[in-house]
Amino acid sequence: MSHQDSAIQTAEEHGHSLQMGESNFAGPDRPTWELYATCVHCGLCLNHCPTYRVLGMEMDSPRGRIYQVLQVDAGRLPIAESFVTHIDRCLDCRACESACPSGVQYGHIVERARAQIEQHYQRPWLARQIRSFFYRHVLGDRKRLSQIATLLRFYQRSGLQSLAQHCGALKLIGMAELDRLQPRVDDRFFFEQFGQVFPASGERRARVAFHAGCIASVAFSALNEATVRVLTKNGIEVCVPAGQNCCGALQAHAGFRDEARALARQNIAAMLDDRFDAVVTNAAGCGSTLKEYGDLLREDGQCSDAERFAEKVKDVTEFLSSIGLRPPERQMKLKATYQDPCHLAHGQRIRNPPRELLRAVGIELEEMPHSDQCCGSAGSYNVTQNELSMKILDAKMNDVSSTSAELVVTANVGCMLQLRAGMDRAGLNLPVKHVIEVLDECY
Amino acid sequence: MFSFGIASKLKKIVGRDSVLDRAEDLMLYEYDGSLARGMPNFVVFPQNTEQVSAIMKLACSEQLSVIPRGAGTGLSGGAIARRGGIVLSLARMNRILEIDVANLRATVQPGVVNLDLSAALAPQGFYFAPDPSSQKACTIGGNVAENSGGPHTLVSGVTVNHVTGIEVVLPDGRIAQLGSKSANAAGYDLPGVFVGSEGTFGIATAITVKICRLPESVATLLSIYDDVQDAANTVVALTTEGITPAAIEMLDGWTLRAVEAYVHAGYPLDSAAVLLIELEGLREAVDEQAEIVSAVCRRAGAREVRRAKDENERQLLWKGRKTAFGAIGRVSPSYYVQDGVIPRTRVPETLRKIEEVGKKHSLTIGNIFHAGDGNLHPLILFDARDEQQTRRTLEAGREILEFCISVGGSITGEHGVGMEKQDLMSSLFSDSELEVMARLRKCFNPDSVLNPQKLLPSIRTCRETVMPGHASLDAPVASGAELR
Repeated sequence: MSHQDSAIQTAEEHGHSLQMGESNFAGPDRPTWELYATCVHCGLCLNHCPTYRVLGMEMDSPRGRIYQVLQVDAGRLPIAESFVTHIDRCLDCRACESACPSGVQYGHIVERARAQIEQHYQRPWLARQIRSFFYRHVLGDRKRLSQIATLLRFYQRSGLQSLAQHCGALKLIGMAELDRLQPRVDDRFFFEQFGQVFPASGERRARVAFHAGCIASVAFSALNEATVRVLTKNGIEVCVPAGQNCCGALQAHAGFRDEARALARQNIAAMLDDRFDAVVTNAAGCGSTLKEYGDLLREDGQCSDAERFAEKVKDVTEFLSSIGLRPPERQMKLKATYQDPCHLAHGQRIRNPPRELLRAVGIELEEMPHSDQCCGSAGSYNVTQNELSMKILDAKMNDVSSTSAELVVTANVGCMLQLRAGMDRAGLNLPVKHVIEVLDECY
Repeated sequence: MFSFGIASKLKKIVGRDSVLDRAEDLMLYEYDGSLARGMPNFVVFPQNTEQVSAIMKLACSEQLSVIPRGAGTGLSGGAIARRGGIVLSLARMNRILEIDVANLRATVQPGVVNLDLSAALAPQGFYFAPDPSSQKACTIGGNVAENSGGPHTLVSGVTVNHVTGIEVVLPDGRIAQLGSKSANAAGYDLPGVFVGSEGTFGIATAITVKICRLPESVATLLSIYDDVQDAANTVVALTTEGITPAAIEMLDGWTLRAVEAYVHAGYPLDSAAVLLIELEGLREAVDEQAEIVSAVCRRAGAREVRRAKDENERQLLWKGRKTAFGAIGRVSPSYYVQDGVIPRTRVPETLRKIEEVGKKHSLTIGNIFHAGDGNLHPLILFDARDEQQTRRTLEAGREILEFCISVGGSITGEHGVGMEKQDLMSSLFSDSELEVMARLRKCFNPDSVLNPQKLLPSIRTCRETVMPGHASLDAPVASGAELR
């Protein structure tokens, strides 16, 4: 426990100055002093952190996680079970970034901390296999992803799933919650549309490359098709470049930064083209990562390309709102509440455009309390940290039900799945839609 | 072995997942918002008054000190365990127990976040007046402990003016009700004595506060200066004009540039200082006062006076002021914020003194004041890795506070004395005054079980409890590892 002894030394003997020992970080992707020293531990982030709100403990707050990173760098804390637990528990929702007056780039810190964990900490054998398979061999591999999706579709459609649900087998192995979170696999994958160009209807106002996403292409094809329709009906030509791949968000969030970098290079090569006015995505999580390719590839020779690419990336709501909607064919007279996806509100600082689009088609918005607080989905968090995720979700459902909304709208597929599971859990019967799905119904 | 027994007893009281006793967890409770550090032996998270009472009884019988903690945003080290002991976190006692609009009061648990209470009251047109800048994170229990104020202290007073009753767990575990739900209880004003006691008298487990009606109209003026002294003189001029704004805040040019980088509220980057002046009341009165105040500002040398055009701009300006400390992180890895109080007529010369102190120690010092009530927050910038610079920083802070005392002021307006300014208490108070305070503490906390070695100068704390086996203050610091 040598780190503890030195802890106490720092407390009284050395007064207020900070003793930096030999760092327990090593290798690439280290959280640097320049990154974490912007935190002055004022604590203004605490009440904005979903895990702190649920657990009430400093270790599971942004300030506390940054302090743990500092302690690892100062050699007082090892990269071991405790550090890994608390860094794993972070949703990476980045609500703390919006709350932080000091401009701490918390997302960068936690992603680097995770990269260090991947390099220096050995997880249990099974976890290692699953993580490696999923992050290295599935998301970025169209063929394998399609095969797995096909298997899952068989499970969902053959009656196996309802059998498993009804005989209690899922509950027995603790998988009932996870089963509920599965997306319904599409009959036809959006991958078939790769390489296509969809012409603008009427006068062409812009031309964009559409980043379709990996899981979205096997489980949210309908949303992707709706996105193409809404864009083309608004005078935008949509190309779906064939060479694109998964954005690498889940990999980067999990600490697999090399895998994320490889995907970033593919996407830049496929979509950085002067013919495109923008690279558009309908997933807030993907958009946030695509916009941060500059940071991801900082040590790469391709840095300037990455930054040019990042500047072109636009969330679909951001792009439509900036170009202006054509008058919709129908109005939707409904009262709705909007859940800010974390990687839109905090990651990309986009809050008003989706709301403006909804109002433009006649939706009356009623804000729920804490609309910009995470629903607990957070990429694969609801799978890896299911129990905590469900607690966060239940709090979200309380906020939803405090409104008189007839519809819940969001702008990210992960949030949609989570919110639907939440409706199930809370026995609420509200539909959950993507902004684009609402617009699609009006054109 | 001994301490292992304590951990299991604590777990029996609050449950297994509500006790921390591993070094890697305790480390996260060695800091708060200040520069102080000190690691406890245990952290416990009670959920109700009975649990708090049981913890206190255990601590008493085991002679362990107990340090109450809210959100840990404090700036004087009040929540720091100086010599081990139990940190008692009230973060999980965060329910609003009752909102009684008809009687203009609310009762809350201590862990309720200040702004969460106002948010809960807003739909009914009310709010909780004390508005410390950390209000989006700090707890009402912490506000009670530190007698917190904020920009609106000028018109609405500090926490003590808004608390009528407190349910308190005394150090021996007994539960007492100080004051009552109504504002005019008979006998000694015990809530008045308790508020501001910095966790040395008892643990507040339920707090009844007054609630205020939101004003009909609010005007926020931004008065911009090319010379910091003109801003200081405006404050004096406003007083003589007989107008009491709801708040007068001052930010110097250096600070507002850091702040503007975060909020983009339109703070003028080229100015030497700004005053943020708020007026509230009936619409007609506010409009009229805004005109008068603008004229006073211009006469005192303001180059421009702007009025926030809508609620959004108003909120942005205030967001800038309230997050100013944190925004300093953009330009410096560490800062040391002071909390001096001076008569507001002495603001101009105090500003000159602060500048002088900064030059003497080769340190950059930014200034944010609650100018209306003469409460200064000089921000001294430094790098905590540099031992020399850290020492100079602490010295500079001390010199500023000594100056405040010399012009008839005080060493804390709202951050508390904590473990940071105890020794200055002897410069501020006479021996007999300190003696009264020490005796008062003894009434509540005879064995100094609660938050030892805080607030009063160390000479008076010689009988305070430390960890078993370390009976003397000069003995080496206890380590949690040894105890297991």
